[in-house]
Amino acid sequence: MKPYNNKAWWLVLPVFVLVAFSAIIPMMTVVNYSVQDIFDPSTRYFVGTEWYREILADPRLHDSLVRQFIYSFCVLAIEVPLGIIVALSMPRRGLGVPVSLILLSLPLLVPWNVVGTIWQIIGREDIGLYGWILNSLGLDYNYASNPRDAWTTVLVMDVWHWTSLVALLCYSGLRSIPDVYYQAARIDRASSWAVFRYIQLPKLKNVLLIAVMLRFMDSFMIYTEPFVLTGGGPGTATTFLSQTLTQMALGQFDLGRAAAFSLIYFLIILLVTWVFYTAMTHNDNKG
Amino acid sequence: MAEIRLEQLAHSYHGTPSKPADYALRQMDHVWEQGGAYALLGPSGCGKSTLLNIISGLLVPSEGRVLYDGKSVNDLSPQQRNIAQVFQFPVVYDTMTVFDNLAFPLRNQGHSRDRIHQRVREVAEALEIEPLLSRKAHNLTADEKQKVSMGRGLVRDDVAAILFDEPLTVIDPQLKWRLRRKLKEIHQRFNVTMVYVTHDQLEASTFADKIAVMYQGQIVQFGTPRELFENPQHTFVGYFIGSPGMNLLDIVLGSAGIELEGRALPVEESIVAQLRRGGEGRLQLGIRPEFVQLVASEASTLHGQVDLVQDQGTFKIVDVRLDTPSASVIKARLGEEQLVPEGRVGLAFPAAWQRFYRDDRLVEIVP
Repeated sequence: MKPYNNKAWWLVLPVFVLVAFSAIIPMMTVVNYSVQDIFDPSTRYFVGTEWYREILADPRLHDSLVRQFIYSFCVLAIEVPLGIIVALSMPRRGLGVPVSLILLSLPLLVPWNVVGTIWQIIGREDIGLYGWILNSLGLDYNYASNPRDAWTTVLVMDVWHWTSLVALLCYSGLRSIPDVYYQAARIDRASSWAVFRYIQLPKLKNVLLIAVMLRFMDSFMIYTEPFVLTGGGPGTATTFLSQTLTQMALGQFDLGRAAAFSLIYFLIILLVTWVFYTAMTHNDNKG
Repeated sequence: MAEIRLEQLAHSYHGTPSKPADYALRQMDHVWEQGGAYALLGPSGCGKSTLLNIISGLLVPSEGRVLYDGKSVNDLSPQQRNIAQVFQFPVVYDTMTVFDNLAFPLRNQGHSRDRIHQRVREVAEALEIEPLLSRKAHNLTADEKQKVSMGRGLVRDDVAAILFDEPLTVIDPQLKWRLRRKLKEIHQRFNVTMVYVTHDQLEASTFADKIAVMYQGQIVQFGTPRELFENPQHTFVGYFIGSPGMNLLDIVLGSAGIELEGRALPVEESIVAQLRRGGEGRLQLGIRPEFVQLVASEASTLHGQVDLVQDQGTFKIVDVRLDTPSASVIKARLGEEQLVPEGRVGLAFPAAWQRFYRDDRLVEIVP
């Protein structure tokens, strides 16, 4: 019999340990909670899929799920095209390059809760730039009492915070296109729309894939900014999934249902991301 | 279709060029006639691609003018000049099919559907890429992509000229030869001016009727392959064209005539007199290895030792080390059937093939 040398497993072991502590053990804890009703370490009952069935029938979850999908859709629909436009209009050489890179990076460096606080002030109608301007224009704007205003403010805040990320990714993608493509396009008499459609956009596909996935996942898990800005209100207008979850887990200490909720939440993100990825890469393998 | 004329053209990538070395292209006047097949030959970094980009309009020259049929096009973009250019590395529009790639320049000009179909078929047939027409361009191999790139250059038949910037670099040798023939055929069929940039003399001479040899930002000679071989106007042409290149020997005009490191060379008196009239400068004698004769040592004033023989199959290259103080090497090219002498040999340079250079430029000798 051929002797096998299994020493190499020792080299992989640190990674297993790391992954176990960072992902597997926390995840299995959640699974554990989601199938039991636990009062204290000695008093617990196995309840099977009961929490799942209860959660899936919960209108609170339905409402915030719908709200969450609309929100993430709006974020992508605004930030991706806007990011591309910003990247296309950024300078390619000279002093403008570092200046614009630094300006665009600034929003990304602000902590989430500070972003919320900033917009809480900007949105005020008495001293805030945004709120004051809207009110001076004759719009009756108040994010604290009007659900529509609260909603748009959260959205505008997200656009302000994260469009830079899309723009920077696209800018790096644009910079990697060799000059000769533009030269060939000029020789072929391509219009600037054709240059965008047939050269820039196809070459941006990979960075756009990353941008769309990052922005989807982050916006789908948004918590801190709306929590600081509106606290989820008025009513439940800006209560997104993660806030509903937090209320359930910490506010009501309803750990079983919260655990089931978490796993469903996780699976939704996984599924949607997979759909995005497949949709954007399936053309690659076609002849 | 157009005659392309370069008038006092020069280009520098520096903002304020002060010395000749600042120029990528030194001042030149040149004409590419309508319908010619030309090659622009030179080593890397000699300014070939710069010149090509200036002709096509991708680059604006810092001095001088480019004229198409007598009209200055300096201020016109490549689109307005209506020129086609094929680049060194393949450029294809990944998301389009091969057909759409070839049709792209025609569609941008607003040609009719039928016309587009007819032209694309024609070019695809000429380049043998018909089976690929419905494939997406990004799945092609490098040489297929390059054929598509070339096809896009050839598909418009109303262009002023087609410029090729070392288009066969990524193609394997077998196919290279076929494509070169194809280009030549296409040239004959469509009678369009073609300028072909390359650093390969074989490529240049199989494609072009006339070759412009570039060296240090200048066209040092423009002529047929035969002219470049027989009458190099510049020592660089002698050295660059031919395999191996021309033998170049430093000579001085002594009291006894022409001397090579103190040894008198038998050169006709009238030639010596003409060289004396020419004034100062570094003098060199050039002789192609093909014309160097190896003779018995007592029959010549110039002697050397046979140092190295390289058998190239159909010919042999013999290195003869001169017994002069510098011990420089002269290369002789012998036919396969010729016997290679051993040891000490004499060297003879037939008068008809001796060329004289003063400061690298050919000295015209009147017989």
